Parts: sequence; structure tokens; C-alpha cells
Amino acid sequence: MHEMALAEGVVVTALESARREGRPILRLNVKVGQLQQIETDILRHCLDGVLPKDEPLLAGMQVLVDLSPACLRCRLCRHDFRLDDLESPPDSTELEAIHFVPELAHSYIKCPGCGSPDFEVVSGRGVWIESIELEPGP
Amino acid sequence: MIDPRLAVIERRLASARRIVAVTGGKGGIGKTLVSSTLALALAADGRRVGLLDLDFTGPCDHLVIGARQEFPEEEFGILPQVVAGVQFMSIACFGGDDPVPLRGADLTNALVELLAITRWGDLDTLVIDMPHGLGDMALDAVQLLPRAEYVVITSASQLVVQTVRRSLTLLRRLDRRVRGTVENMAPSSQLSDRVAALAADSAVPVLAVLPADGHVEVALGRPEMLLATRFGRAVQALASSLDGTSHPVS
Repeated sequence: MHEMALAEGVVVTALESARREGRPILRLNVKVGQLQQIETDILRHCLDGVLPKDEPLLAGMQVLVDLSPACLRCRLCRHDFRLDDLESPPDSTELEAIHFVPELAHSYIKCPGCGSPDFEVVSGRGVWIESIELEPGP
Repeated sequence: MIDPRLAVIERRLASARRIVAVTGGKGGIGKTLVSSTLALALAADGRRVGLLDLDFTGPCDHLVIGARQEFPEEEFGILPQVVAGVQFMSIACFGGDDPVPLRGADLTNALVELLAITRWGDLDTLVIDMPHGLGDMALDAVQLLPRAEYVVITSASQLVVQTVRRSLTLLRRLDRRVRGTVENMAPSSQLSDRVAALAADSAVPVLAVLPADGHVEVALGRPEMLLATRFGRAVQALASSLDGTSHPVS
């Protein structure tokens, strides 16, 4: 599964941050954008799989993974819409393409207001780190 | 908000001993054909080669090498398809022939995603068909690929040479390594005065002169036939030049 590659990115980024600050991480807040169709449980499982077990800076880290709804805005008519608003949502093959590369949504999703594929993904695109909470410094 | 993908791009590319970025200032100058044929030539010579198509708005490398447009296999990331000994990845593997209308931030995101999730095997050379022009995506690619060695495609047209001159200047200002320039669509195997002057002014070698060859069109998608054309043989000389086993044209 390619979620493992994204999970590795999350863990490497968190560890770099902890090393830079010289403090262990208490809590890692990860967001999963609805557009990419990644299940939060699968990402949690992947994060667990790539987490180094012998790294003291991450030993006590709590990982929170939450879904973020996809909000899209048409660049033509400025209409705001969500995936649930689509009259003809992408089929399973198209969703799989979006799952790999979310920008392919521009091939398969159109503004329900005017039909344009030229929209902005305001939020809920892919996987990102919302925040990293470190142990308080001395 | 932190993008976790950026932290793993260098790891993903670490299995490539060398990265050759094929670029050029103008669209239609033949980057697709040169980069794809170069990958085939290196593979035919026994090298371990990857080919990454970063022309997201008009991806065509798959047509040159005869790759299937199908989803890649997943294993701790996505695995490139292997065609004629070339490990191949392109947005066309996901989007088929549908247009992908992307603006700046979308192009950046798609580029970062592909670089972050593609797991290349051990490679002697990763050939990259770079985005054309000097826009957002081209600049992002240059930034994200600091190890790349640039091969800059030009033709003898003064319109192209003028644009390529700007590209060479930019790459120098960005402190990127330029291996040399290639004269494409040449009427003969003779280096033109204009490209020779461009190379001299820019202090870069001309690595090859690639002829305009009407036989290429029918050989698209057929690697062996493509490499047997006059153009294909000239690209094999370019491959040797990059490997240091033959001398550049100038």
C-alpha cells in the first residue's frame, strides 16, 4: 500500500523536528484529507509499522489521526462545494486514481454550479501534519 | 501545517546513482523523445535505468517506450512499471488519456506526491523528462532535484536558441550542474554554427547532434525499432557521451 510511503514521511518529519528541538514528542496530530480517500485506520496502522521502536524521542508519542473534509472552490463561479455535493461522483477507478495523486480530481470532478474542472482544493487534500507537541523545555 | 512528503523525497531518489534531467526552454523541442529514447538506449547498453515523465499537462513518454497505462503496483509506495528494461513512472499511469487541468499549486502537489511515493529500484541512471518552460513546476522540479545533471535540448532555430540561452543562464544561477546541450531536429549530423556559438557562450559542451528522422514516427512504442533509427543511434551516442565512454561533439 502506498500509504506506507506517506506514513514514513510523517515519522521522518516528526523525528527531524524532535532532533532539531532536542526534546521528545508528546503528541503528533496528523490530518488525512478526504479527497485522497485514505482510511484513517490504515494510516494509523502504517504509522505504527514505520515508527522506530528504539527511538527515545518518539517513545512516548501519542499519534492522533483525523479525517479532514474536502472543501473545493470553483475558480470560475466561486461556488464552494464538497464531495457529497457532486451529482455524478467519480467512479471507483477514478477514485483510485485520485487516491494515488489527488490532483487527478481535476480530471474527474467538476463544479456542480457551472461544470468547470478548474477548482481550488481549499482543504482536505492529502496527508499532512497539523501540529507537533513537544515536551516542555527546561 | 507541515508537509511530510518533502522529508522522504531524497530517500526515494537515493537508489539512483545519477539523475539526468532532460530539459529545454521551449515546448515541442523534443524533450519527450530524447529523454525516453535515452532511457531505452542506456537500458539496451545494460544499465539499470529509470524514466520519470514530469510533463503533467502532456505526458507522452509512455507512447515512446510502449508502456501500458495502468495503475502501478503498491508495495511500501508505488512501484514503477518495467518496459524494455526501463523502470517507468508517469502521471499517465493514473490519469489515462483524460486531460489534467492543473494550476501552479496543484502541479507542485502532484510533483511532490509522485516523488514521495515512487519507490525506484537500484538505478545507475534516473532520466527525468522535465517540465517545459521556466514556470512553477519547472522551478519546483529544479529545487526538489538538487543532484540532477542537466541535459538541455535545443534546435538550431534562433527562436529556440534564444530561449535555451535563458534556461542555461537560469540553471547556472541556481547552481545546477549542466552536462551539456544537445542539438535536436538537425538537418544533418553536422553541428550548426548557432548551437556551437550557444554552447561556447554558455561554456557547456554539445553532447550530441540528433537528426530529424522521419522513421521515428512509425517506431514509437517499439523500443528496438526506435533504437535502430538514425535518431536512435545518435541518442545511443549521447548515452555513451554521458557515460564518459565517448567524447562530446564540442
